[in-house]
Amino acid sequence: MTLGPSVPGAGADFTAEGGHGAVPVTGVPVASDRPPSRRGWPLWEVFVRGKRGLNHVHVGSLRAADERMALQNARDVYTRRNEGVSIWVVRSDAITASSPAEKDPFFAPSGDKVYRHPTFYAIPDDVPHM
Amino acid sequence: MTIDDAYSDAYRALADVHGGDEAHWAFGTGFDDPLAGVDTTLPSTVDGAALAAYCLMLGDDALVLAQRLTEWCTRAPELEDEVALANIGLDLLGQARLLLSRAAQADPSVVPTGGAGVAEDGLAYFREQHEFRNVRLCEQDNGDFAHTVVRLLVFATWRLAALTRLAASVDPVVSAIAAKGVKELTYHRDWAARWVIRLGDSTPEARSRVEAGLAGVWPLVDELFRPSTVESGLAAAGAAVDPAGLRPEFDAVLAEVLGAAALPVPDVPPAALVGGRAGRDGVHTEALSYLLAEMQSVARAHPGATW
Repeated sequence: MTLGPSVPGAGADFTAEGGHGAVPVTGVPVASDRPPSRRGWPLWEVFVRGKRGLNHVHVGSLRAADERMALQNARDVYTRRNEGVSIWVVRSDAITASSPAEKDPFFAPSGDKVYRHPTFYAIPDDVPHM
Repeated sequence: MTIDDAYSDAYRALADVHGGDEAHWAFGTGFDDPLAGVDTTLPSTVDGAALAAYCLMLGDDALVLAQRLTEWCTRAPELEDEVALANIGLDLLGQARLLLSRAAQADPSVVPTGGAGVAEDGLAYFREQHEFRNVRLCEQDNGDFAHTVVRLLVFATWRLAALTRLAASVDPVVSAIAAKGVKELTYHRDWAARWVIRLGDSTPEARSRVEAGLAGVWPLVDELFRPSTVESGLAAAGAAVDPAGLRPEFDAVLAEVLGAAALPVPDVPPAALVGGRAGRDGVHTEALSYLLAEMQSVARAHPGATW
């Protein structure tokens, strides 16, 4: 919204939304909320497979500059208590996740379809190993 | 709960090993004693006093550097690097404990009187500075992060070369300790090398700090390869490693790492000896006195106390 020339301080963009009177919306300096050392370090998700496990399990996340550093940081932080034998690290922005707002359309329809479970069906006695 | 449920979760698999007690999953499983099944009798071809002196040398190296690395707790630049330094320090402390225990076994007279309790504690907390046998590289102040990783790279490369050969020692306990140490030091060397490369092949600020670190550490490198009479004698008996023979491997690894970091191998004169003696003879720099004062103060204030 641009104010007309008859208003003092006119010529710049102002907004009155937010209840603080007319505040400028352009040319306002903003401090970064991340310390310089972390700026530019991507976030990585860490998956660890236990000794007796069959699949990798998500155990947490960390920041690192590149893949090898992420792997070493994951080994240092997430396997201190003999938790696992294999680590996967994945950049967080490589992961596509379903959003919580989509929970109902995605998952509710499967809740009432009991016929999709194998236990719904009665197995005849003379069918082996099912 | 089917088998798939238990194994789909690493933590539940751990809880199963603890008899289904979920509260104990964090305690980990599969712990083994590195000295399980190792014969602890001293071989007849090895002199007990010499072996004890040698174990004190290797053990003090690890003990003093562990104390130095843990000074980074609460001060490291990043959380993960702080945990990494603490992990490395704890690995070295574990090696130190096993080596000091072996020294006390080989020659009980090295344990100082006045420190009640376990022999390894007596050796760590109640010896005086001139009785410590570590090289001066380990007691050097940490400096900044670049200095620390450079010193760690030098130390881990040297120690890994030594322990790789020491795994063939005729003393079974030293051989077992060396085999365990090789696995730990492989990671330490890799971690330190990657940090040196990251900092060296990087911004001018990081590069200048690594170069300063190299200049500060390199004068103490020659001392690592000076053989003492103890080491030479035991190496002839097959129980120890002659440090002079480690120099080619050390030079090759350092040249490779510094080459990847685009840093020159420093050409500085070695630090002076004091009357021909250095760390291995109990002659140390002032830095060790401050380190020992802090490390030993609590134990000396309450000798024989238990936690």
